[in-house]
Order: sequence, then structure tokens, then C-alpha cells
Amino acid sequence: MRDLLLFLGVFLACVVEAVEALTIVLAVGTTRGWRSTWEGAGAGLAVLAVIVAALGPALTALPINVLRLIVGALLLVFGLQWLRKAILRAGGLKAVHDEEATFAEQSAAARRAGQPTRHGRDWYSFTVAFKGVLLEGLEVAFIVVTFGASQGNLPLAVAAAAAAVVIVLAVGVAVRQPLTRVPENTLKFAVGVLLTSFGTFWAAEGAGVEWPASDAAVLLLILAYSAVAVALVRWLRTSRVRQPTASGGGR
Amino acid sequence: MSWLRRFGSFWYDFIVGDDWRLALAVVAGLSFTALLVHAGLPAWWVLPALVIVSLTISVSRARRGRS
Repeated sequence: MRDLLLFLGVFLACVVEAVEALTIVLAVGTTRGWRSTWEGAGAGLAVLAVIVAALGPALTALPINVLRLIVGALLLVFGLQWLRKAILRAGGLKAVHDEEATFAEQSAAARRAGQPTRHGRDWYSFTVAFKGVLLEGLEVAFIVVTFGASQGNLPLAVAAAAAAVVIVLAVGVAVRQPLTRVPENTLKFAVGVLLTSFGTFWAAEGAGVEWPASDAAVLLLILAYSAVAVALVRWLRTSRVRQPTASGGGR
Repeated sequence: MSWLRRFGSFWYDFIVGDDWRLALAVVAGLSFTALLVHAGLPAWWVLPALVIVSLTISVSRARRGRS
């Protein structure tokens, strides 16, 4: 069960970030050409692979309780930020990530940029694609390494991330448009709940806690956190609906 | 110095993000959990309770900041 949740968490996180990276790559590629763009994106993926290959085994060398305490705490902080952002977006307090707007902005910037070509390579396309993939992918690399190491199954985490990249890339190449229909915030919401739940579970175990329901405690945490997060979204939505009426009444 | 600051700022944003109080709550919660475990008392409830309370406060603060 925990392996399934590990796969799901990494896969969904990777889909979210891969969709965002794909938008940047597509904007640059369709505006300026593909060769240098793919080279930049490939170089970004290669750096991410090196980070995972270097950090993963280094983390698994730590004693399991130390690893779970440190990694659990990091996952918990990280997950809470994802969940908070997803709640604020779903509740209407923060703008939802708009792939079409990002695509338009990146395309306009790519058109405005000159042609800094050297050794037959368009360095603007290379750099933007490289940075886009590396920065969006860094969060996924962090999740892959921490989830994989804590669960003692780094290959499964890598496989989940690779599957997400392949699927998003295949769909992106087929449609040659930003993937606006992917419910990014819903995915972010789910990933936030999973990271927060596993972070809580592992950090507490690392501190010496014995969970009453053993492994089933993760499921209970997922259910409890989901319920609280959904309740917070509803509260934000209803308070936003009430606000104009209240202020209107005061005028 | 400016490079170092940018580097630090990147990792701060990456790990801690928009609300540093959540990170502080996690550290405080883990410390309290370790204290209870050391004293031989049940401690499993500390982190879940703290996550729920701190997340609710953080979202509530964001809402008030907006209004």
C-alpha cells in the first residue's frame, strides 16, 4: 500500500511540474526552433538525473531513524507549503497557474530576444529550456530522493517520475500546445496531502513515535488532512461569497 | 555576497516557502514529540494536531491579509 502511495505521490508531483516545464519548452521551441530547445531540455533532465543518482544513495546510507526524522521534517514543511498554496488557489485567494498565459509570455519573450547563436546553437533557446526543466524538476528530484530513500525504494520513485515525464512529453509532442486541461491545482492538492501525511508519519517515527495503527496510520492521516483541506477551501469560498454582500451592506 | 544571498534565498523559498511559521511549527512539534517520547508518554497525536492547527492558522492569516 505504501509503495502504491509512493508511486502515486511522485507520479502526480512530476506530472504537475512536467506540465509547467513543457509549457516553457513548447513556447521556446515553437517560436525559435526545436534543436537547441531539446538540447537545453535534455541537459536539464541530465542534471536532475545526476542529482537523484548522487543524493539518493547518499541518503539511504543514513541510519533509518535519522533519515526519517530529517526527511520527514523536510517533506512535512514542503508538503504543507504545497497544500497551503493549493488551498489558497482552490479557495480563490491566489491565482491558479495559467499555462496559456505562461505560454504567451514565454513566446513573446522568445520573439523579443535576439539571435545569440554560437557554434550553430541558439543559446537563448538552450538556456531557457535548460532552466525551465531544471527549476521545475528540482522539486520533483527532491520528492523522488526523499520519498524513495525513506520508503527504501528509490527505483520505484524514479520509475514513477520517469513515467510521468514520458506521458506528459508524449502528449505534449502530439498536441504541440500547452496542456491546459490538466487539473494542475487538483493534482497539487493531492500531492500536498500525500507529502504532508508521509512527512508526518516518517518524522514522528524518526522521533521515536510508535503509531497506534502501524502502517494504516498513513491512510488515516491522508483522510484527516484531506478533510481539513477541503473544509478550509469551502470556508474560503463561502467567506469570499459573503464578503461583497457584507461590504455592500455597509456602504 | 550577492551570489551567496541569492543562493540562500533560493533554498529558503524552495524549502520554507511563503509562510515561515509553518516550518517553525514543524520544528516545535517535532521537539515536543521527542520530549514526550523521552518521558515515555504517548506522542503520536502531536504532529497531526499541530499540522491541522498551523495550516488552519496560516490559511486564515492569508485570508485576512487579502481582506
